[in-house]
Amino acid sequence: MSPDSIAPPQPTGENVLEVSGLAKSFGGTRVLRAVDLTLRPGRVVCLIGPSGSGKTTVLRSLNGLETPDGGMLQAPAADLDIDFSRPLADATRNRLRDLSAMVFQQHNLFPHLTVLQNVIEGPVRVQRRPRAEVIDEARALLARVGLEARSDAYPAQLSGGQQQRVGIVRALALKPTLLLFDEPTSALDPELVGDVLSVMKDLADEGWTMVVVTHELAFARDVADEVLFLDDGVVLERGAPDRIFTAPREERTRRFLERLMRPF
Amino acid sequence: MDWDLVLSSIWPLLDGAVRGTIPLALVSFALGLVLALLAALARLSPRWWLSGIARFYISVIRGTPLIVQLYVVFFGLPSIDVVIPPWPSAILVLSLNVGGYAAEIIRAAILSIPRGQWEAAYTIGMPRWLALRRIILPQAVRVSVPPLSNTFISLVKDTALTSLILVTEMFRRAQQIAAFSNEFLVLYIEAAVLYWVICLVLSTGQGTLERRLERHVA
Repeated sequence: MSPDSIAPPQPTGENVLEVSGLAKSFGGTRVLRAVDLTLRPGRVVCLIGPSGSGKTTVLRSLNGLETPDGGMLQAPAADLDIDFSRPLADATRNRLRDLSAMVFQQHNLFPHLTVLQNVIEGPVRVQRRPRAEVIDEARALLARVGLEARSDAYPAQLSGGQQQRVGIVRALALKPTLLLFDEPTSALDPELVGDVLSVMKDLADEGWTMVVVTHELAFARDVADEVLFLDDGVVLERGAPDRIFTAPREERTRRFLERLMRPF
Repeated sequence: MDWDLVLSSIWPLLDGAVRGTIPLALVSFALGLVLALLAALARLSPRWWLSGIARFYISVIRGTPLIVQLYVVFFGLPSIDVVIPPWPSAILVLSLNVGGYAAEIIRAAILSIPRGQWEAAYTIGMPRWLALRRIILPQAVRVSVPPLSNTFISLVKDTALTSLILVTEMFRRAQQIAAFSNEFLVLYIEAAVLYWVICLVLSTGQGTLERRLERHVA
C-alpha cells in the first residue's frame, strides 16, 4: 500500500456498530420509535423510505449531529458503549463522531476555502497530522475522483457533481471507520448523479463500511448488502436488496417502491 | 465667499482631521469591533447570564443618545471623583457605542451562515470554538462588511460630537476659527465638505474590500 493512499480500515471481525432501540422525538413528534441496525465491516447498508420516515435522523444520530433520547449504541472496536437514555457527554459524542465521516445532501463544502483546503482542514486542524503528508493524501484522493486539477478552485467554481465528489474526498481524508451518506445525489442535476454514484460504488467495492440514505434504487440494488425500509420511525422491512425489490413482504414497502419506479 | 479664509483655514482643519477625527475614529472602531465580537458571542451563548449581560449592554448603548453618554462620562463621572481627560473619554464612549451597534451586526452575520456549515465543521471533528474561528467567522466577515462600513462612516461623523467634551478634532477647530473670524457659514461648510470627502474615501474602500471578499463566491 502506498503511503499516500487511504484505504478502508482492516476488518477486525467485530461489528463496526450495533444499534438497538434507537428513539428520538422532536418536540412532541416521535421520528424514531425503535430502530435496530448492525453494521458489519465492509458492508453497505442503504436506508430507504418516504420522507419523514426517520432515515436521515438515523444517519445523523450515528454522527452525533442528533442526539437520540433512547436506545443503545455499541462500537466494539472503538470501545464505545452508549445508552442514549442518559445524557450524552461531549467526550463520548466526539468519540462517536470520530468513528464516521459524513457526506451531506447539500455537500456543505466551506465556500471560503479551496478544494484542497476543504479536504485538509479536518486532518490538519483537528487530527493534527503533518500537513505535508495530509496534502499528499488529499491530492491522491482528489486524483482518484478526477479532480486533481481543481485543487485550487473554490467550491462555487465547481459543478454540483464535482462539489459532491469533493465532499466525499473530505470525508475520506479523515480516515474514518465508517462512511455516512445523506442523500448524496438528491440535490444534483440528473446527468451528474452517475459520477457521484460511481465513486460511491468504487468505495464499496474497496471494502468501506457505508450507510447510505438514498432514493437511488438502482444503486441500492447494485451496491447494498442490506436494505432497510423505514416507515414512520421504524424499520418496517429489511433484507437483501434483491429480495426487498422483487418480493417485498410489506404492503407499504411495495407501494413505496412502486411510487419510486413509476412516479406518475 | 472669502477664499483667503478658506485657504488659510484648510490647514488647521486638515490638521484636526489627521490628528483628531481620523485617529479617534480608527482607534474607537478597532476597540469597538473587539467589544462587538465579544458581545455578539456572549449574546449567542447558551449561558443565560452571559447573554443577559450582552443584551443589557447593547440595549443601554442603543437606547441612549451618544451625546448623553459622552456627557455622563466626561461631565458626570467627576462628581464621583472619576476624572477622565477628553481624549480617553472620547475613545471610551465611542468604542462602547460602536461595540453596541456592531455587536448586533456581527451576531446577525453569524446567524446568517447556514446550519450546514456548523454541521460540516462538527463532522470533521471541530469543537464549537474552532468551527466558529475557522469556518463561521471568516464567512460572517464577508456578510458584515457592508453594515460595518455603515457603522464606521457614522462613527467618523459622530466624532464631531466629541468637540463638546473639548477634544480638538476637526469640528472643534472649525468652531474656533469661525468664532475668531466671524465667518460661520464658510467654516462650517468647509468642515462639512471635509467630512464628506473622508466618507467618500471610506465608501470607495468599502467597495474594494467587498469585491476582494466576494472573489470566490458565486
